[in-house]
Amino acid sequence: MRIKLERRPTPSRMMLIVTPIASVLATMLIGMLVFDLMGIDGARAVKDIFLSPLLLSYKWQDVALKAAPLIIIALGLAVGNRAQVWNIGAEGQYVVGALAAAGVGIAAGTAGGFFIVLAMVLTGVVFGALYALIPAILKTRWNVNEILSSLMLTYISLQILSYLVGGPWKDPNGRNFPATAPLTDSQSLPLLFTGSTVHLGVVIALIMPFVFWLMMSRSVFGYQVRVVGSAPQAARHGGFDAKQTIWIAMLIGGGMAGLAGALEFTGASHAINLGFPSGYGFTAIIVAFLGRLNPIGCLIAGIVLAVTYVGGQVAQTTVHIPNATAGIFQAMMLFFILGSEILVRYRPRIVTTAKPAVAGE
Amino acid sequence: MTAAPSSAIPPHSDHLRLSLSGITKRFPGVLANDQVSFSVRPGEIHALLGENGAGKSTLVKMIYGIQQPDAGEIRWNGAPLVIANPKAARKLGIGMVFQHFSLFEAMTVLENIALGMDASIPARDLEAKILAVMAQYGLKLEPHRIVSTLSVGERQRIEIVRALLLNPNLLIMDEPTSVLTPQEVDQLFVVLRQLASEGCSILYISHKLHEIKALCDTATILRGGKLVATCNPAVETSRSMAEMMIGGSLKDIQRGAGRQMGAAKFVVQDLCLPKDGPFGTALKNISFSVRAGEIFGIAGVAGNGQNPLLLALSGEAVTSAPAITLDGVHIGATSAKTRRLSGLASVPEERNGHAAVPEFTLSENTLLTARDRLGMVSNGMINAQAAKTYAGEVISAFAVKATGPAAFAESLSGGNLQKFIMGREILQKPAVLVVSQPTWGVDAGAASAIHQALVDLAATGSAIVVISQDLDELLSLCDTLAVINEGRLSAPMPVAGANIEEIGLLMGGVHGDATPSALPQESAHAH
Repeated sequence: MRIKLERRPTPSRMMLIVTPIASVLATMLIGMLVFDLMGIDGARAVKDIFLSPLLLSYKWQDVALKAAPLIIIALGLAVGNRAQVWNIGAEGQYVVGALAAAGVGIAAGTAGGFFIVLAMVLTGVVFGALYALIPAILKTRWNVNEILSSLMLTYISLQILSYLVGGPWKDPNGRNFPATAPLTDSQSLPLLFTGSTVHLGVVIALIMPFVFWLMMSRSVFGYQVRVVGSAPQAARHGGFDAKQTIWIAMLIGGGMAGLAGALEFTGASHAINLGFPSGYGFTAIIVAFLGRLNPIGCLIAGIVLAVTYVGGQVAQTTVHIPNATAGIFQAMMLFFILGSEILVRYRPRIVTTAKPAVAGE
Repeated sequence: MTAAPSSAIPPHSDHLRLSLSGITKRFPGVLANDQVSFSVRPGEIHALLGENGAGKSTLVKMIYGIQQPDAGEIRWNGAPLVIANPKAARKLGIGMVFQHFSLFEAMTVLENIALGMDASIPARDLEAKILAVMAQYGLKLEPHRIVSTLSVGERQRIEIVRALLLNPNLLIMDEPTSVLTPQEVDQLFVVLRQLASEGCSILYISHKLHEIKALCDTATILRGGKLVATCNPAVETSRSMAEMMIGGSLKDIQRGAGRQMGAAKFVVQDLCLPKDGPFGTALKNISFSVRAGEIFGIAGVAGNGQNPLLLALSGEAVTSAPAITLDGVHIGATSAKTRRLSGLASVPEERNGHAAVPEFTLSENTLLTARDRLGMVSNGMINAQAAKTYAGEVISAFAVKATGPAAFAESLSGGNLQKFIMGREILQKPAVLVVSQPTWGVDAGAASAIHQALVDLAATGSAIVVISQDLDELLSLCDTLAVINEGRLSAPMPVAGANIEEIGLLMGGVHGDATPSALPQESAHAH
């Protein structure tokens, strides 16, 4: 008896939806077992990480704030991944986007208001995109692997950040801490409700998935991206330019990461310090895959991952597990989602064979 | 039960080398072989005949141990046994020459043969053995040549030598002549007849009926996985066997009376294209001209520049502007998209991943080439309804067997997908249509529908270029024919009164003005 994988005649739409859900459930189950083995109350830990952020209403705004950048970055990455472009450097593009927004804010001095904030955010988008253009040029001109180049550029961006916040952009009134001066209210993104921390960026993160869905499923550009990704030769036959597609996919990925960085800076952190890069750019890769590269899927997956972030902090205080636990859960989720992807195209079947005499033995 | 040793052949004459009874093999969604029983005597050349998808390949894969039957019995020299894997099959004395060769292009003939041997033999001994086998069967091959420099016919000889080194009792040949010139086919038949006369059984898979008539003693005909007839090809006609194969009467191409050709519509002048890799073929000064209403055929053995030629004509590879002219306009430097808008449609050889996207629906696949010509796009947004309607039109006009426009391209059989792709281009009413291998791997019913559609399109005044390795197809379809060899195109010749011998020599690479009939046969192969 053995298990055989049989190719399905057509990809299973059910598995497309079932596998991400099953991956989250499997992560919870395995997590519970691992914690129990470590002598920690596993059920409690999993409940705190996955459920408490949803059950405690005062945690909802934390979830929303964390979900917004994840969703925005993941939307851009999903476009690239559809075209088989693997931008791993969203974290760097996020940082560069935030720095660019900060630069505009500093240049504007005491000026503020709608147009200054808009200029800050749009500059963040442009610089995020330009930063992603470097791996795009390297790939299309010299066939440099974009996974490596975009990842390495992330570390360069961190060096740029620490240089700027520790040097020219350091807050003169900041007791010598390496950080930019906090934004004034007139240079900040408006909040949705007074007294809350939820800013306009959350609304953008809720609208963007529908814009991207329309773009990917209804526009010629979305079609082009999908053809280039799944059948490059057919794309050429259909008159689509693969290089152009790579460029645009990278620009969108970088632009969205830059947008997320600028929104985070102008809406939530208001200052950039050495702790500003918080790994959203990497976690968004998981969001994109958990969302099956579908914009609406990214919206849902972004919320799920934000829940694990917030829940990780809850569990830190309740069952005293390290903050890195959330990272373990996120990694497990990615593992399961990538591992179960084969079930979309293949189905497992148990075969039993009884064999008579075998020739040649 | 134990396996009989391969050498123990009982002396009586009516003994069977191989016999199959009730062989059944099921794949998800298909019954590939259904209760197939037949047998092969020593020294018999036995044809296995059937359309694509009839189950021939599955059947021989089970005989060669690549797959196992779900039910039924295989007997070898009278003893029932299980052939666990190809190594076991070779040990029994079963050799197989595949349609697609498994050769390393960058290695020599000798190295390739050594790699394929189950036992390791010192190179010197192996070379001596190879030379002996080649001398015995009159096979010409230089053991130290690099495979990439060899013609397809020569590459096939490597595979044959590899099989003969095992002293086979049964040799399986899967579509061996599909890549050979007519002269090479004749040489192959000489070898096969000699083998048979020495007692080796041959299982010969083909759908070329005149070859089976010329070569085989018995023919087993499969249709839809079932054995439908066993006959003597010598007493059958090609037509009667074809009708048994497709299970219906064969349709001839209907040509309208009084067909007229117009002015030159599609002119290719000194088209050159550098090769795209170490084993690619460069196109050298290709020139031809197709009139409105004309079907122009390009014959040739695979790998002589057909693929680059299609890419250069379709616009996927760009050349110099004056190299290609459509209705007097130079389009050689324009993109595939622009050429399509100016009326040039094309169908590449590979269906999956080139002409169509397997994971997309038929509806989405119409967008690939028809979006601009048929106005399926406005302001950068797709009109999904227009695509769906057009996909529906193609499906009904070309009798494509599919669940509808929402069916995935990969769920269609090869023939149906090909009909869909041909329909997608033809219903756009292109001024020029360039197609490569229009009926490759397509069943006879679909093939005749595709041929008829091409003839009908030509009758409306389109110029058509058909690139094919199937000479019979070109001879029955085209008005004019040229042969491509190593990236060069021969002078065009009218199909009416074409000399097969001459075409064969051109396919084999004989250029120049020497009288073809005066040339010895062996010069047909590039040495």
